[in-house]
Amino acid sequence: MSYLKPLFHHPSLKENKVGYVKADYEGVISTLCAGCGHDSISGAIVQACYEVSLEPHRLAKLSGIGCSSKTPTYFLSNSHGFNSVHGRMPSITTGANMANKHLIYLGVSGDGDTASIGMGQFVHAIRRNLNMVYIVMNNGCYGLTKGQDSATADFGSISKTGESNPYNGIDLAGLALELGASFVGRSFSGDKSQLVPMIKAAMSHPGFALLDVISPCVTFNNNKESTKSYSHVRAHIESTSEFDFVPEEKAIEVDYAAGDSAEVELFDGSKILLSKLAPDWNPTDKFTAVNRLHEAKSNGQILTGLLYINPESKDLHSMLNTSDKAFNAMDETDLCPGSMELEKINQGLR
Amino acid sequence: MERKFVVNDMVIRFANVNGTGSASANDMFAKSIFRMGIPITPKNIFPSNIQGLPTWYEVRINGKGYLGRKAGIDILVGVNPQSFMRDVKSVKSGGYFIYDNSKPLHKEYIREDINYIGIPMIKLAMDNYPSARLQQLFKNIIYVGALATLIDADIDVIKSVISEQFEKKQKLIPPNFQALELGINYIKEHYDYPIDVKVEKANNVGDSILIDGNTACALGAIYAGATVMAWYPITPSTSVAKAYETYAKKLRIDKETGKKKYAFVQAEDELAAIGMVIGATWGGARAFTATSGPGVSLMNEFIGLSYFAEIPVVLINVQRGGPSTGMPTRSQQADLISSAYASHGDTKHVLLFPSNPAECFEMTAQAFDLADRLQTLIMVISDLDLGMNNHLSPPMKWDDERKYDRGKVFTEEQLENMTEKFGRYLDVDGDAIPYRTYPGTHPTKGSFFTRGTSHDEYAKYSELGEVYLRNVDRLADKWDTAKTMVPPPELYDVNDDKKSLGLVFFGTTTYAAVEAMDLLQEQNIAINSMRVKSFPFTKEVETFISEHDKIFVVEQNRDAQFRTLLINELETNPSKLIKVLNYDGTPITAQTIMSQIIGMLEPVPAELN
Ligand SMILES: Cc1ncc(C[n+]2csc(CCOP(=O)(O)OP(=O)(O)O)c2C)c(N)n1
Ligand code: SF4
Ligand SMILES: [Mg+2]
Repeated sequence: MSYLKPLFHHPSLKENKVGYVKADYEGVISTLCAGCGHDSISGAIVQACYEVSLEPHRLAKLSGIGCSSKTPTYFLSNSHGFNSVHGRMPSITTGANMANKHLIYLGVSGDGDTASIGMGQFVHAIRRNLNMVYIVMNNGCYGLTKGQDSATADFGSISKTGESNPYNGIDLAGLALELGASFVGRSFSGDKSQLVPMIKAAMSHPGFALLDVISPCVTFNNNKESTKSYSHVRAHIESTSEFDFVPEEKAIEVDYAAGDSAEVELFDGSKILLSKLAPDWNPTDKFTAVNRLHEAKSNGQILTGLLYINPESKDLHSMLNTSDKAFNAMDETDLCPGSMELEKINQGLR
Repeated sequence: MERKFVVNDMVIRFANVNGTGSASANDMFAKSIFRMGIPITPKNIFPSNIQGLPTWYEVRINGKGYLGRKAGIDILVGVNPQSFMRDVKSVKSGGYFIYDNSKPLHKEYIREDINYIGIPMIKLAMDNYPSARLQQLFKNIIYVGALATLIDADIDVIKSVISEQFEKKQKLIPPNFQALELGINYIKEHYDYPIDVKVEKANNVGDSILIDGNTACALGAIYAGATVMAWYPITPSTSVAKAYETYAKKLRIDKETGKKKYAFVQAEDELAAIGMVIGATWGGARAFTATSGPGVSLMNEFIGLSYFAEIPVVLINVQRGGPSTGMPTRSQQADLISSAYASHGDTKHVLLFPSNPAECFEMTAQAFDLADRLQTLIMVISDLDLGMNNHLSPPMKWDDERKYDRGKVFTEEQLENMTEKFGRYLDVDGDAIPYRTYPGTHPTKGSFFTRGTSHDEYAKYSELGEVYLRNVDRLADKWDTAKTMVPPPELYDVNDDKKSLGLVFFGTTTYAAVEAMDLLQEQNIAINSMRVKSFPFTKEVETFISEHDKIFVVEQNRDAQFRTLLINELETNPSKLIKVLNYDGTPITAQTIMSQIIGMLEPVPAELN
């Protein structure tokens, strides 16, 4: 059972711009296995929200079912949360986003929740460019149901059962690119310095932002023959670039040698700074991202970092041309056409 | 000798090929009869196919205002050779078979006891119109002209209906009039007219409108403030979505900005459709979906979530013939149990049973208030017959004083001033309905974690037996609260003081049941009637059932599902509930109800003699 963390805040903890300390972004104590990658990702979410000075109620957190989908209780207790049903978080998020376009929607899912039962909804949320951050805590297995291989388990990966996976794994980042996702990143639960800025950038992005985060399951899939184990990931990780997120109001003072850095301005004025760029790669060019992914895969590398961003992204609300006032703030004066109009309709049916 | 006419009482059936433009011609014909002040009941009998298969359109014309289907066809307009054999057979003895005699009628189609009226429809069309497409279209208007003349319909009324139909394509009016005249003149030159079934102008439709139930549901949703419509196409519910979009485009665009005050989202499947609705209402908007049996089956997991996590949902369930893909273009009331108890675990859902389009409008609007008030799923139970056919209906009504009842929702101010801890599932005032909050309301108060897992009053996960019991027992209490909020039944003139016989019906069975009540009365059978409008059953329903000795339960499914609901919910003795059923996919008729009842009353009890 979960219990609340003590509310006592260490006096030295600094308040952020909106007056909250980091603990205000935490949740109840995790009941996941000690060392589970998912907990590190929860920590990165807390860090990112604290650092961007987000008022906690401006974000809604949603998930499906699985160990990963339990995590929204372990961060942001002051935000509304929704632990829905297996594989269907995207549709719930779509509806919530339609009701109020002014919140940030953070969806958390697992590789089972996304790549199997929830594949349909995942694909269609991308197709609609729903404005949300979609984090897959990807451990290559179904943790909560005790370790069965998931659809993202790599071909030949050996899980704790000792069986080699005979199927090709689904690369969610590659798939998202193919489907036209407007922001695609991959990271590793063990690499906070990359993950935190990536979450911040994803929250600023006006459209669908997939973060495929490799997150080892220490209980069922962390043996060294598994390609989703800590040791394997650490040994094979390769990043597209170093990554930093600069909120809109901060001046950029960092200088990078020309040719190996890039800067992407986001819709809200924030910037993503990329340095030590991999050669032949441009984060706003989907083709180079697809090529790099395939290349890395054939070399047995795990490519992380920002893979692609479309700075011109238009989300579902823009496509539908919905009003600026949130639907959940409208009442009969906004919405009801009135009895005279109805009488006209009746008259037309006589 | 003076001829005797049957006036304003007939059934006309048109046998067409689908995709040939006949639907609009038939509609114009029916509308013209309605404009003559005579009640009509049109029904489309169509295949699950886009082009080339037989399709029928049937209009019952009844001056007394009986709107149920009636068996026995007085006039059949047979323009589809594919179905000739069936069509000829379906005509009542003494009735009329109107056909295209451009080619001679094969002798196997000849019956001695019916009248044949041949009109060279295709030949007339070919002589007067240049292209095959036009010939096919105007052939339809030619038979309308001929039929109108035969039954003495008012040609000027038909012309005005045609003019309205083509208001935006004025060029089409003269050739339509010409086709009409071709039909009229052919009859005048070749036949004795009118025939012995005819129409006469009347004043029997009052301020009624002609509308299908699906459009009325969509308008109800617009009036009730639904801003999110998520759906997946399926017959017979698709036109709810289509009508919502059509009217939202007219009524819900902000005049200044041109932006939409609605989101119309065609989902990837029904699971996503209801997921979007749940997400949207969780976020504080009013949202709904419309589907039919297969879609409801897919939605079951989410329906349980909406019940257990207490999230408002409005679902328009337009039933079709099941099971499985069943008879997708035929009507049934066979999804009652699967709606009432949809999803796993102990679940029950509020159902509303509209019986005409005005009620589709009102009950859909009411469903939004009930969903918000009760924080649960409300299903409006319609069917293909009600949803897709036009019905003569009282006009839709809206009171401008009416406010949306958004139920128990804490505002920012209320949260700000709150000293106690917010408990999402805490029953603070004894009606078993807790307060909720929308995401984004307050920075530090009122947030909670919605989940389908067992939870305590503060929405915290718990598997403790006592916590679980407190929650599910409160939901049972909420069910009792629902009984006081849903619409009570309509009780008809009580004519059996002894309360020995009762008649129970709901939804589209109403038209036929009301007519059957009159037929039974003519036979001196005293029976009290009740039309149920909602589930859970209200006190009035319970009283009616317990007071009567023998109750006929009329419904359109094989297994008497409504009767099962009565037995299950009211613990009624099954032997006093007698099944009256019709489930071949066609709407039930008064004759069916009457003959089944009379059959079951044999031998006639002494007190009825
Ligand atoms: C409809 C349905 N089917 C099956 C389950 C059982 N189930 C719960 S979690 C899970 C898999 C979760 O895997 P993943 O999304 O990868 O999450 P992880 O536990 O690995 O973080 C399954 C199959 C369920 N809850 N609902
Ligand atoms: S089973 Fe695996 S995924 Fe689940 S909590 Fe334990 S380590 Fe994490
Ligand atoms: Mg997993």
